[in-house]
Amino acid sequence: MASKAPNRPLSPHLMHVRWPINMMVSIIHRATGSGMATVGTALLVWWLAALAAGKESYAYFMSWFTGDWAPLGYVIGVGLTLSLFQHMASGVRHFVMDVGANYELKGNRTTAWLTFAFSLTATVLFWAYVTMGK
Amino acid sequence: MGNGTNLGRVRGLGSANEGAHHWWQQRVTAAANLFLMLWFLLAIAQAPGYDFDSIRLWLSSAWVAIPLLLLIASVFYHFRLGLQVVIEDYQHGENRVALMLLLNFFTVAAAGVAIFSILKIAFTGVPK
Repeated sequence: MASKAPNRPLSPHLMHVRWPINMMVSIIHRATGSGMATVGTALLVWWLAALAAGKESYAYFMSWFTGDWAPLGYVIGVGLTLSLFQHMASGVRHFVMDVGANYELKGNRTTAWLTFAFSLTATVLFWAYVTMGK
Repeated sequence: MGNGTNLGRVRGLGSANEGAHHWWQQRVTAAANLFLMLWFLLAIAQAPGYDFDSIRLWLSSAWVAIPLLLLIASVFYHFRLGLQVVIEDYQHGENRVALMLLLNFFTVAAAGVAIFSILKIAFTGVPK
């Protein structure tokens, strides 16, 4: 093992390279997936376990996301649904690329933008329905 | 080295022929997740209420409990495969082994709790 780091130029740092939209979709696909797998799983399992345990446990669970804590509930709820819709859209885009299609630069970039358009629209519609639909 | 020569294959160093297994399983569960999560979102959005009794009653129906159990199986397997790739990309050596074990324990334990909870609610309904 070399004891001293060689004095060579560093590889291009993240701050110095462009951030094309296709790259953003790819990294956000991983970020949203990892986020849902950890935070989303913990909350889903907690919700189900509290619901199975009884009224007090469920009330305790809900107390973290309603009333005084409602802002936290909305941040996590909107964050998770936005992540889900974004991961879903970029996942469907992945399916198209898996069969070898949509590698043309223009179409690839357009569909990358479309995943964001879908996730934002779907999240707004979902929460509008849940909060105002009844 | 087993580079595909006959000798390499005899020594058991050739391809394990399972290179696409992880990739394919991730795609199959992704397709299942697409349908199951769309159902889940619609079902949650249309649930009559989010208080204890309403949700217990909602979940005690087989039409909700069974898709939710399938969702747990498919989604949890999918995220286990996905996080495995993340660990393989960023962690090396002993850390990778430790995190991979942790990932497996986390997935199975979380699935165990979720499945037990769904079954308990499905079989006992709304408590008096």
